[in-house]
Amino acid sequence: MRDVAVIGIGITKFGELWWQNLRELYVEAALKAIKDAGVDHLDSMYVGCMTSGLFCAQEHLGSLMADYLGQKHLPAYRIESACASGGLAFRLGYIEVASGMSDIVLVGGVEKMLTGADATFALASAADQEYEAFHGNTFPGLYAMIAKAHMTKYGTTREQMAAVAVKSHDNGSKNPNAQFPLKISKEMVLNATPVADPLGLFDCSPVSDGAAAVILCPVELAKKYTDTIIKVIGSGAATSTIALHQRDDITFLDAVYQAGKRAYEVAGLKPEDIDFAEVHDCFTIAEICCIEALGFCEVGQGGPFSEAGNTALDGKVPINTSGGLKSKGHPVGATGVAQIVELVEQLRGSAGERQVKNAKRGLAQNMGGSGGSSVVHILEVQ
Amino acid sequence: MAVGIIGYGAYVPRYRIKAEEIAAQWGDDPEVIKRGLLLYEKTVPNQDEDTVTIAYQAAKYALVRAGIDPREIGAIYIGSESHPYAVKPSGTIVAEALGMTPEIHIADYEFACKAGAEAMFVCYSHVKSGNMRYAMAIGADTSQGAPADALEYSAAAGGSAFIFGADEDKIIAEVLYTYSFTTDTPDFWRREHEMYPQHGGRFTGEPAYFKHVVSAGRNIMEMAGLTAKDIQWAVFHMPNGKFPLRAGQKLGFKKEQIEPGWVVPWQGNTYSGASPNGLTATLDSAAKPGDLILMVSFGSGAGSDSFIFRVTERINEVRDMVPKLWDLIHGRKFYLTYGQYAKFRGKIHLNPDV
Amino acid sequence: MIVPRHYKEMPQRYRLQGNRCKACGKVFLPPRLVCPCGSEDLEDYSLSWKGKILSYTIIRTPPTQFKYQKPYAVAIVELEGGGTVQCQVTDTSLEEVEIGKEVEIVFRKIFSEGEAGIHCYGYKCRVV
Repeated sequence: MRDVAVIGIGITKFGELWWQNLRELYVEAALKAIKDAGVDHLDSMYVGCMTSGLFCAQEHLGSLMADYLGQKHLPAYRIESACASGGLAFRLGYIEVASGMSDIVLVGGVEKMLTGADATFALASAADQEYEAFHGNTFPGLYAMIAKAHMTKYGTTREQMAAVAVKSHDNGSKNPNAQFPLKISKEMVLNATPVADPLGLFDCSPVSDGAAAVILCPVELAKKYTDTIIKVIGSGAATSTIALHQRDDITFLDAVYQAGKRAYEVAGLKPEDIDFAEVHDCFTIAEICCIEALGFCEVGQGGPFSEAGNTALDGKVPINTSGGLKSKGHPVGATGVAQIVELVEQLRGSAGERQVKNAKRGLAQNMGGSGGSSVVHILEVQ
Repeated sequence: MAVGIIGYGAYVPRYRIKAEEIAAQWGDDPEVIKRGLLLYEKTVPNQDEDTVTIAYQAAKYALVRAGIDPREIGAIYIGSESHPYAVKPSGTIVAEALGMTPEIHIADYEFACKAGAEAMFVCYSHVKSGNMRYAMAIGADTSQGAPADALEYSAAAGGSAFIFGADEDKIIAEVLYTYSFTTDTPDFWRREHEMYPQHGGRFTGEPAYFKHVVSAGRNIMEMAGLTAKDIQWAVFHMPNGKFPLRAGQKLGFKKEQIEPGWVVPWQGNTYSGASPNGLTATLDSAAKPGDLILMVSFGSGAGSDSFIFRVTERINEVRDMVPKLWDLIHGRKFYLTYGQYAKFRGKIHLNPDV
Repeated sequence: MIVPRHYKEMPQRYRLQGNRCKACGKVFLPPRLVCPCGSEDLEDYSLSWKGKILSYTIIRTPPTQFKYQKPYAVAIVELEGGGTVQCQVTDTSLEEVEIGKEVEIVFRKIFSEGEAGIHCYGYKCRVV
């Protein structure tokens, strides 16, 4: 296996992008990444996207995106793992380069969600359609059930969840690409329109359009393009039951734990060796459960840990410096790649106002469904 | 060979609307309704309930009381004027859900409020003829009265299920006599594609309800050589609180003989499930071994099927096995506003999805 | 058109027909061909119609198909004798829905497909 580096990044603005369609979003991010890397060709491409079929009635994205990127004949693959599609696409691109099969690989993620389609229905296809969605449950509903159980089992409070949202918006206010780059107060979160009890509107990530892309190549080759080598030092992926009710303990995201454990093992690191992380905060409770499963705090302590400021930009382990899914936006298929983009920005020291001091190692954790799949990557600046 | 009911069960939804709430909507005086029609409140199906789910629950209770394998039942007939489909049987859904398929004869019946009783008549006949060992009859409805019509105070939701059989040790109420009285009398109808029924106002009284109910009651008693004094309990179709009491009076019954099955003031008219629920409520409360029960149904259009049952010792064994109808009527309930009721019953014109 | 998909799940939705692993005893709805314990030796098993609420939520922004039912509660129910299901809590005031509450499974209409499609029936639960 060869060592792999990320040599280029590109991202669009996230938000309600009424004047850009699915292909234009993707091509914008991909072109930015190609230019950023300075490569003159691609050997292969992975497109992460959750459900362009339900949102845009468009599948066959490998062909569509290669075609519109001016890369006719490029081998291109569309990768789907619900909201973890982008992260999983990155893992496959990484494996292809590491294996020696290809040298320069583009990994992109995209989702066009504001199309008039019923987003709640489309997203529910990431749940067990016949045994969860059939009964009228939704994604906010599934995470709300996790939250209720977490509150009952560990005493987690709505205030602690609100602290997660407030922190993410603080970070997002410093990110020009964020969908909602505005600071919010705890009261705003607590008094927001209820969506699925106990979650309110500000506990939820928004419905977004957007795309992100990165370029991967072997570390040896990377030196030709850049002096700042950002290496992929850990990668792990795992699955769990797709249906929440079939999990032994719904408060513990075991796929996240397993994916994290494997990535840590590959990197030879422990959670305390990580300087900062992007985690999959599709809901405030999800961030709490993810940081527990990744070992940044004790299981059950994610709420108090967050409320105490440990996850803030200047905290013990800054979480979601980009604003996270919550403030930056959550175009589902793009999210996993956008997390890598943020890691690279931080490791390059180009994150501007939201720069984490001495950021050497970052972790990105992407998750599908209610925790039915998860992907974790650890990147390090050499 | 004795043939009779070997299992029975009833179900009504938990939701209610009071006469006062309907009266306030249309500017009626609720006291006139309550005094004149003896209707206080009625059951309303939850949004997820219909004739199929009501029939299912009543049938499930009946199976518990019968204690038989559902696969041994040879027929299921559901009588209703509110089958959820215009074309596609209700019975197949209930039979499939209760594990009675595939070796079973199924038909849906419709004869205004008489459809449940006519299903009972056919099930009884199947068993008596030896055609099948057990047969299940269900009368269930989620009836609609037009907004502001007098029927809106009565049209309710509920139903009962009865399993007929000839196993001596299982019979709860033996059928002693049956009789039918039917003419073409257009007192109440609903044309294809219409949401609400039409009725002939006072024409629904003497020439329709009373003529058929009293004739079917008088003639079956004559056939049996019995009078109202020989029969302990009587159940008449209940379009409102008043009609069954008057029909009973004409046949010589006292109010006390009717009261155990007189559920309509608190339940409303459950149409095909009205006289069946009256019978169930009587079995659930007053009936003692050896008692005779007269049941007279009525369906607009018009006809009455009447039955005389003799209650057996087994009533005491099965009565408490499942929730009793009176307990469901007076138990846990939720009162709706007229707006909620209109939503539940699909009376609000909704924007179609695009 | 949901008909063929719904038809296939009817034994599960109508009668809670699942299966149970003969090796480890775990109960599944829908039935599985392979148990997570590794065993392929599973037997037919009908799940109980009684259970208790493990967790729940109240859906206030439902998908289109459920929009006129809002707000409604959805719960994870652990059934007596094994197995868990996720279903709506019906016939119950929302304030009464709590973790640990005892419920019974009832047979209800889950939704109707559009204005002219089929009615899809299945299980819900209600507080006893």
